[in-house]
Amino acid sequence: MAASPPSVAVVDYGAGNLRSVTKALERSGARAEVVADPEGLRAADAVVLPGAGAFADAARSLRDKGLADAIVESVQAGTPYLGLCLGLQLLFDESDEHGVTRGLGMLPGRVERFPEKAADGEVLRVPHIGWNAVRFCGEHPVLERLPDEECFYFVHSYRAIPAREGDTVGWTSYGGDFTSAVARGNVVAVQFHPEKSQSAGKKLLDAFVGWVASCA
Amino acid sequence: MLLKRIIPCLDVANGRVVKGVQYVDHVDAGDPVEVAQMYDEQEADEITFLDITASHEERRILFDVVTRTAESVFMPLTVGGGVRGLQDVRDLLNAGADKVSIMTAAVHDPDLVGDAAVKIGSANLVVAIDARRIAEDAVLVPSEHGGGVERPRGASLAPVEPGQSKWEVCTHGGRRPTGIDAVGWARAMAEAGAGEILLTSMDRDGTKRGYDLEILRAVTDAIPIPVIASGGGGSAEDLAAALSDAPEGGHCQAALAASIFHFKETTVSEVKRKLLALGVPVRAPC
Repeated sequence: MAASPPSVAVVDYGAGNLRSVTKALERSGARAEVVADPEGLRAADAVVLPGAGAFADAARSLRDKGLADAIVESVQAGTPYLGLCLGLQLLFDESDEHGVTRGLGMLPGRVERFPEKAADGEVLRVPHIGWNAVRFCGEHPVLERLPDEECFYFVHSYRAIPAREGDTVGWTSYGGDFTSAVARGNVVAVQFHPEKSQSAGKKLLDAFVGWVASCA
Repeated sequence: MLLKRIIPCLDVANGRVVKGVQYVDHVDAGDPVEVAQMYDEQEADEITFLDITASHEERRILFDVVTRTAESVFMPLTVGGGVRGLQDVRDLLNAGADKVSIMTAAVHDPDLVGDAAVKIGSANLVVAIDARRIAEDAVLVPSEHGGGVERPRGASLAPVEPGQSKWEVCTHGGRRPTGIDAVGWARAMAEAGAGEILLTSMDRDGTKRGYDLEILRAVTDAIPIPVIASGGGGSAEDLAAALSDAPEGGHCQAALAASIFHFKETTVSEVKRKLLALGVPVRAPC
């Protein structure tokens, strides 16, 4: 008997476009469902937290809808989690964006704006927009099958600074190296947009869906 | 290293591409979704739709096009044209746009860009500037009767030095001059929270004579956010010049091109191969 496709809850908290994310997950073999309430989230084999926009608005919206607690509970129960862009930043303790705002606190560390100047003293254009290379390191089932270095699409002004060095599993250079991918146990998150990164993004989402299927 | 971007641009009206795509087999006058898929296959770095639809009812058709595009291509989509306020920005993002471009509304409502930056973040917010070169001794003072344009906060009103090249911001597809200095306006918009500037030289737009490198570097060097070059790109060499960081280059982070891809004589992949040969750091074509 063929295994049924794993179900992935794409969390809808009002932070923009979910269509590309659900379509991209379906293309990789998942059954993607947009979920806006804690019950729907608990029923899924995996949780994907997408997101573009402002950290403070997103964090408030997740709490108001009861989704923040549900995400933390499902991660603690071992459900695979994939964070995209803001979905990576929200994992951390807090962010500087428009005043200090608390995140989900699942990984220790902060989210800060890129500096105005690069390490070499040159003006650093912020936001960081476009295709940039990610150098993957560390061991995680989702990343194992990816090339060591690949270009993905970024669009962001803030980036996470993990407090634990081992949480970083991908580095990207923009005015110095920053953390572009993190992983710990059943949590994986990337600062870039795999759903916007053509074939490179598909490889990552294929690996994620494959991993979810093996966990389910 | 952050790579330079090549962005095909489609003018869209009533849900159809209005210039350009008759050339492509299988794609008649141009379903924007099909054209976007073609550019996705060629690994364009992003795609931009500019809606030139006039009436409000026809906007619904655009939303449908944006949604269908977001569901079928896996590359970033910017949508601009006719964006009137914050709700329009939100609606387009929810429909499936990754970035939204604002032009005339930013001139008429000096608070719009700042508000949008706080509510949705700067990174998805593009301010489009259509600029026209004017006489070096012309005085750029916003007229109180100039189409209801009020003096934007922080926009410089006149060139600093007499005898310098200068450019005036135009709205309504370049037809309406505002009296605003384009470089000062770009600076004001960057400070207000724009994430990116899409800078079109109206003098070069559609001419394929090459970008106006002087305005590109004047704006790019004045602001700390990315700039997309537009207007006049006719060859890979033109794109290379706009993206060049050499003193005589355009210093831009991305180049928008319409006409260059609008005949089947070339593709994004081919242009990228030429750019790589010219030493421009772009993403290698498939």
